Amino acid sequence: MPGLDSPKHGQLKVYLGYAAGVGKTYQMLADAHELHRKGFDVVIGYLEPHGRKDTIAMAQGLELVPRKRIEYRGTAFEEMNLEGILERKPQGAVVDEFPHSNVPGCSHAKRWEDVLTLLDAGIDVLTTMNIQHLESLNDQVWQMTGVRVRETIPDWVMKQASEVVMVDLTPRALLNRLERGVVYPPEKAQRALQNFFKESSLVALRELALRQTAHEIEIRQVALPDPPVADHLTKEEEPVTPPAPPTPTDRILVHLTENPSTAMLIRRGRRVADYIGAECFAVFILRESDLAELSPVRREAIERHLNFARNLHLDTHVLEGDDIARTLITFARLHRVTQIFIARPRYSHWHGFVARNLVHRIVAEAGDMQVTVVAERQRQHSA
Amino acid sequence: MAKTTMNRPDPDQLLEQLDAQERLLSHERLKVFLGYASGVGKSFRMLDEGRRRKLRGQDVVIGALQPGMSPEVEKIIQTMAVIPLKKIGAGEAMDVDAIFERRPQVCLVDGAAHDNPPGSRNPRRWQDILELVRNGIVVLTSVNIQHIAEHQEEVKRITGKRAEETVPESFLHDANEIVIVDVPPELLLERAAGGGSADPAQTETQRQLSALRELALLLTAEAVDRQLEDYLHAHGIEPLWGTQERILVFLTPGCNSEAMVASGLRNANRFHGELFVVYVRHRSLSRPDDARLQQLLGHAQKIGAETEVLDGDDPIEELIVFARRHRITQIFTGHRRHRHWWNDIVGGPIDRLIRAAEGIDVRVFPH
Repeated sequence: MPGLDSPKHGQLKVYLGYAAGVGKTYQMLADAHELHRKGFDVVIGYLEPHGRKDTIAMAQGLELVPRKRIEYRGTAFEEMNLEGILERKPQGAVVDEFPHSNVPGCSHAKRWEDVLTLLDAGIDVLTTMNIQHLESLNDQVWQMTGVRVRETIPDWVMKQASEVVMVDLTPRALLNRLERGVVYPPEKAQRALQNFFKESSLVALRELALRQTAHEIEIRQVALPDPPVADHLTKEEEPVTPPAPPTPTDRILVHLTENPSTAMLIRRGRRVADYIGAECFAVFILRESDLAELSPVRREAIERHLNFARNLHLDTHVLEGDDIARTLITFARLHRVTQIFIARPRYSHWHGFVARNLVHRIVAEAGDMQVTVVAERQRQHSA
Repeated sequence: MAKTTMNRPDPDQLLEQLDAQERLLSHERLKVFLGYASGVGKSFRMLDEGRRRKLRGQDVVIGALQPGMSPEVEKIIQTMAVIPLKKIGAGEAMDVDAIFERRPQVCLVDGAAHDNPPGSRNPRRWQDILELVRNGIVVLTSVNIQHIAEHQEEVKRITGKRAEETVPESFLHDANEIVIVDVPPELLLERAAGGGSADPAQTETQRQLSALRELALLLTAEAVDRQLEDYLHAHGIEPLWGTQERILVFLTPGCNSEAMVASGLRNANRFHGELFVVYVRHRSLSRPDDARLQQLLGHAQKIGAETEVLDGDDPIEELIVFARRHRITQIFTGHRRHRHWWNDIVGGPIDRLIRAAEGIDVRVFPH
């Protein structure tokens, strides 16, 4: 495979689906066989067939690196044997369930970290994931399905993939499979039908997966110009479309607080920045009174948000200042920020009033910057 | 706010709801396998589904095939009933009469974009397909994105040429199911090269294929979005979330409308979302302002935005009702800088808008 034999760094290929049972693992194994037939040395690093007959049959004929057993609190767990694969040193490895969290005692907390290690060792990796595990979509997925997905893939990790392939199946066909017991055993199927497998959830997740795949293709395209009308208003009927002017570089600044809505603000800022090709900063402003005493609860919340922003590769800073609006805007000017992202204030109580003042001061003093007040994503009332 | 829309059953909305229910309840008719090039495996997926349906006891026949099938596909074909094409003059067309006579439950028709020779029952194969569907036969068919009539401009921009045979986009919307058959371009090129590795000179082809692939994914996403809308309408659900970005630019007198509309368009394009531009015609809007805003809407429409003049005395209320109905995810609005900030700190229009736009981002542009 031309894209898959770079001598230095392994290449990552992600099979993206929108639910269990759409056929990601099956498709990945079919491609692994195709590679194997061409003489490419590919092994199964980790496979989770969920007892599905077709998938198990598809794995036949491929070499399997046995899992390793890890004892944790008296229970034995089986995980991917990262060291074993590195030792075996194949050209490529099949690693199912990219977002999986490893049991404590493994070299990494997350399977995606194992995969990055394989890539660094020059091993190509084929892997599978569902769209609901992409970090920046976490709030949207929660709104759609009511499920807060805990095992997530940061968007920058997804960007490491040289190829993202959509594995598609219609929701109706998927529901048929579920009813026939192809996907899960009956009791698990019943539970699955409560959340991700509701038809409206499936349709919405499928749309997200299609759009994400289109986006992944687009950002890997070699500099195709935007469609002609994209960048500005054309005056009357100009027959010749002017060459697209260089898009002004957007820079987004996310204002972090200890408020729980900050996590959502970070995801939203990250996502918008990725789509419009902007740099993304995050700033937490510490007041002088905070320096003297910060309650452990607040400190913990702030640390958590700072780490989260850093993990999503936002350029994260902690500033000191008693005038939050002014400190934020001064930083924004200095870094030529074009858009400030702030949380929507709560309208219920006194704190909300203070937050509204902050929003207004930022809007009033932002000068030529845009200010985006990010809504808190909430669960749908009906359905 | 959300509550107001929910308490206002609009007759149009009720009608939409009925339509949506009808579309959902109508049972299976047409399933389209969409791919971005030949060789991605559309025919295989279609035939393989036919094979599995047959195993489950459905009566399946093949109504039309295209030449040049892979051995994998040939193997499936041998296990199924094939209704031969009918010779018409120098060409061939699907034998619709013979299929009606045979009356299968499911008919597989490869290559929906095929043109029938002159003198055929219908000029186009997709018309034959719709006739089968109207007569109660479930049809599985395959379409190449390059053959969608409405996207020929884009196809030409990507590949340098238009398709000779086309299928209207409405055909995709007639389908109650659409499946995208996706494969990375490099694999496709390898298959074409007969198993060897792809020629580096093919990067241009690869670029074209990537662009077509993106188009196919987005077109499918749009079809899926319609299904979602049908589902939500049919169940009377008003979602607080959007699966795609829908930007609403709210024009007011004196706002920096050019910047807002241009930014709205750029963002809508980047997200492959939709752009709406509106203003509210309320009592205190002067005639010259109204005329200017009207003109701006005209501009916005020309560049592809959906525009509307809203009527009502409470602009914020009207705007939010519109936003909810169109599943808006971001509202762009202007802010007057020449007024001192404390003038509209609480209860000012921006404050009210942010408060009312629960679940929607509000982006404030400086004037």
